[in-house]
Amino acid sequence: MKKKLVKKVLCSLLMLMPAAGAMAEDKALNVYNWSDYIAKTTIPGFEKQTGIKVKYDVYDSDDTLQAKMLTGKAGYDIVVPTSNFMAKQIEAGIYQKLDKSKLPNLANLDKTLMAKIADADPGNSHGVPWAYGTDGIGYNFTKVKAILGKDAPLDSWDIIFDPKNLSKLKGCGVSVLDQANDVFAVALHYLGKDPNSKNPADYQAAFELLKKIRPYITQFNSSGYINDLANGDICVALGWSGDVNIAKHRAAEAKRSYQLGYVIPKSGAPIWFDVMVVPKDAPHPEAALKWINYIETPEVNAAITNEVFYPSANAAARKFVKPELASDPTIYPPEAVAKTLFLLKPLPADIMRLQNRLWTQLKTGR
Amino acid sequence: MKSFKLNRWMPSGKTTVIGIPFIFLFVFFLLPFLLVVGISFSQQQLGIPPYTPLTKMEDDVISIFLNISHYKFMLQDDLYIATYISSVKMAVVSTILCLVIGYPMAYYIARAEGSTRDTLMMMVMLPFWTSYLIRVYAWIGILKNDGFLNQFLMWLHVIDSPLRLYHTNWGVYIGMVFSYLPFMIMPLYAHLVKMDLRLLEAAYDLGAKPWKAFVSITLPLSKNGIIAGSLLVFIPAVGEYVIPELLGGSDTLMIGRVMWDEFFNNMDWPMAATVTCCMVLLLLVPMAMFQHYQAKTMEEIK
Repeated sequence: MKKKLVKKVLCSLLMLMPAAGAMAEDKALNVYNWSDYIAKTTIPGFEKQTGIKVKYDVYDSDDTLQAKMLTGKAGYDIVVPTSNFMAKQIEAGIYQKLDKSKLPNLANLDKTLMAKIADADPGNSHGVPWAYGTDGIGYNFTKVKAILGKDAPLDSWDIIFDPKNLSKLKGCGVSVLDQANDVFAVALHYLGKDPNSKNPADYQAAFELLKKIRPYITQFNSSGYINDLANGDICVALGWSGDVNIAKHRAAEAKRSYQLGYVIPKSGAPIWFDVMVVPKDAPHPEAALKWINYIETPEVNAAITNEVFYPSANAAARKFVKPELASDPTIYPPEAVAKTLFLLKPLPADIMRLQNRLWTQLKTGR
Repeated sequence: MKSFKLNRWMPSGKTTVIGIPFIFLFVFFLLPFLLVVGISFSQQQLGIPPYTPLTKMEDDVISIFLNISHYKFMLQDDLYIATYISSVKMAVVSTILCLVIGYPMAYYIARAEGSTRDTLMMMVMLPFWTSYLIRVYAWIGILKNDGFLNQFLMWLHVIDSPLRLYHTNWGVYIGMVFSYLPFMIMPLYAHLVKMDLRLLEAAYDLGAKPWKAFVSITLPLSKNGIIAGSLLVFIPAVGEYVIPELLGGSDTLMIGRVMWDEFFNNMDWPMAATVTCCMVLLLLVPMAMFQHYQAKTMEEIK
């Protein structure tokens, strides 16, 4: 779900070659994960502990990963799809069942969150979560409050979907994720419909809603908006929790005069999980299990959260997370907020096509 | 006797020489393309590979399934036709710009002194030492709102507010012209450099003005160079993906991006294959026919 930089092109070039360097069993591990999604210490720690050499490649969209996995023989041992994509891929039979006797650290995982993931992976038999996040609104509070007034309903999707509000924010810049899936789910939610609707008419309605706010959207972007927000080039972003927090962090580091922040609208928002799975044709399945177990070590897990601002489902890791992050409700949604979050589910192919078609129409006007 | 027989079966030297490129083209061009045509008639499915096979063997009966729904869908949805038109338009404009900029450059290089000419030719080819992708990325840094170009122009006080070039069609044109200009200059240069200059002298002696001499002698003699250069620019420009993706806006419609969407966002390999086949039919076939008739008329003239 996280889409960093315009690496699409690089990824597409990488797609042409299978992961090289499949060495002898257990002495190597090929990991394929989202970009900017790991701590600096994670891989060296694993290599030191196990003597297994890690080859780490990155992608920036679930589409890229899925295309590569469905082509077959990608040569990876660990890949990290988002839960709704994973559900379909499990259905296609491309992932192994995990031997949980070799994963003692699974005991550290939060049962409630695991139950949510079980929606996409019955019995949690294939995947172990890497991290999770929400879709919400990133603000430049200083600028937005100056324009909309102090009492503006910043904790409501009205900011994005009510043309009255958004038209005023056009001047300071509005960014929306370039992900049909996410934006349609939010629009459907705003209309009071099922965010995972399978009814084409609902998508037409959501499209009409989006069309009204289209003139005020400055850019559709899933990665560059982090910097744009940090630099003050945009003041509102429909974005991902961790990304907005990265922007906030960068702005604070640069000692900017304005205040950034992330808000989960009170009516609810999408939640998603990125899950580690092992492909059936993985060359080093044993090493893959060691990796999963290593990642779920509390200290290792917390180090990742501390660096990328995305929480994990590892409950035991929470006490090792920096206190200012662990207590941040935009990173770890409290119980009351967690109840309003909804999981994105896999959609049938014809709905996906409709969604993408409407998305193109929205962006290009055709 | 024996050696005689062997000789009959061995291909002659000429056949071998021609055969190698033919085998190469067959294995690396025709065969993959036939696979693409095959995929365009299959059906999308979830699995490895993400499309259904065309043939099925059951009770010793081989059945072949040809699914033409994707071709029908292409005609129903005007997105595809609009995209083809828009891609061709972008490519035509880029080709014309390349020609207008490249012709004088090629002309100058062809008429320059020996060593200067080599240096200039070297400069045309120099960008190829850097990866194409990096060069396009560099343009992001130049064109964006607070990029080098805008800062420079604002420093000169030519403009007050930044020009919006990045994420627009203008950005795509700039990227295309920059990337494909050498492909225009090289064939033009090759034709211009071997031109017989005495023809121009004769024209001047007969009282032609330089402009007239250029139009009635140089231009017709470099016609083949213009055609070759234009095709070399036009063909890759139509299918270009990288430049519109990196420099274009979200409303830049080009076939490469539509194919990406089909392939990755919709996971619909058959539809992506259909888009490809139609592009080949729509663009390459007319071009091949044009070439064919061109060659014929040339022969007739001779």
